[in-house]
Amino acid sequence: MAKVVVVTSGKGGVGKTTTSANLAAGLASMGYRTVAIDFDVGLRNLDLVMGCERRVVYDLINVIRGEATLRQAAIKDKRLDNLYILPASQTRDKDALSRVGVEGVIEGLKKAGFEYIICDSPAGIEHGACMAMYYADHAFVVTNAEVSSVRDSDRILGLLDAKTHRAEQGLDRVKTHLLLTRYAPSRVVKGEMLSHKDVIELLGIDFIGAIPESPAVLQSSNAGVPIILDPTTDAAQAYMDVVHRFLGEDRPQRFLDPPKRGFFSRMFGGADAPVAAAG
Amino acid sequence: MRWLDYFRRTSPGSANVAKDRLAIIVAREGRSNIKATYLPQLRQDILQVLAKYEKIDLDQVTVNVESQGEYEVLELNVVLNDPANVRKLGSSSRHAPFFSDVKSNSLSAR
Repeated sequence: MAKVVVVTSGKGGVGKTTTSANLAAGLASMGYRTVAIDFDVGLRNLDLVMGCERRVVYDLINVIRGEATLRQAAIKDKRLDNLYILPASQTRDKDALSRVGVEGVIEGLKKAGFEYIICDSPAGIEHGACMAMYYADHAFVVTNAEVSSVRDSDRILGLLDAKTHRAEQGLDRVKTHLLLTRYAPSRVVKGEMLSHKDVIELLGIDFIGAIPESPAVLQSSNAGVPIILDPTTDAAQAYMDVVHRFLGEDRPQRFLDPPKRGFFSRMFGGADAPVAAAG
Repeated sequence: MRWLDYFRRTSPGSANVAKDRLAIIVAREGRSNIKATYLPQLRQDILQVLAKYEKIDLDQVTVNVESQGEYEVLELNVVLNDPANVRKLGSSSRHAPFFSDVKSNSLSAR
């Protein structure tokens, strides 16, 4: 049975697109037929983060309008056989993203044998975000440990409870997963950043993991290669853990404490919190 | 002189402040208040009843649900502009246990 997963947050710049790309690549690398759909009509970026921007011919809106088939529009990933990307339109008007149209696309992808359909939501709580979450079975609520992001995540959780197909039809609720991104344990220890426990307590949903703030995230989006494909970095390992937990495995949390630092490093140098990119 | 930081006491962090502020916001606007969605309609209905007896401005009526520990308090405030009306209705307020949160120049009682 295919599962529709929305990656959402309310707030922009917290790491939705990065998470969508890595979740999709992670699931595909484990052998699941996976497609990632970019719902950010007008501001598409998933193609860029996944490194297929030069192969975009048709997009989601073309499919909804019947100007292209799913087979024509979905781009096959060069690295992973099971991975496809359905890009957003760059220019068209957002109203073309109709509920019936989105339903048609998702049904079409299910019929084509996809096991996971990852919907990369635009920021905000407008039409595009509502369409991205409407048919979801699962929701990754991507949150930074910071006041505006937590508040926006709370708003999004309210929408997931009320404005989805599952809510309107009285089916089981959309299963929500809290994913903390750009998490800096060293700043949490100093009391400068909300801890994962604080955010879990505030939002009250299942915690699926934290992705540590890492310069490698920016490097991977620069290169257009999802970071999860380079398992040497901590961010990649954190994303892989998240994928395993999502598939039902019990994996211990590894990235909630600051890395141990030696005497000389504590005395003389090194930044505590390297800067990372959002997507 | 980074190494000097080692001897300094770390300043108290701001994360606690953030958490306290968020806890209030989440309680007020959050999902837990779904049952409070009837408040606008309740406000309208109460206003209509009151309007039979007094001239009342729509902006002068506030209805709120607040959680206090294990129980919730429904708070209603009606501000009457005319001091004469305040006296008149205020004196009868003991018959209206519905109202709470006494404020000056407002019709209220526990």
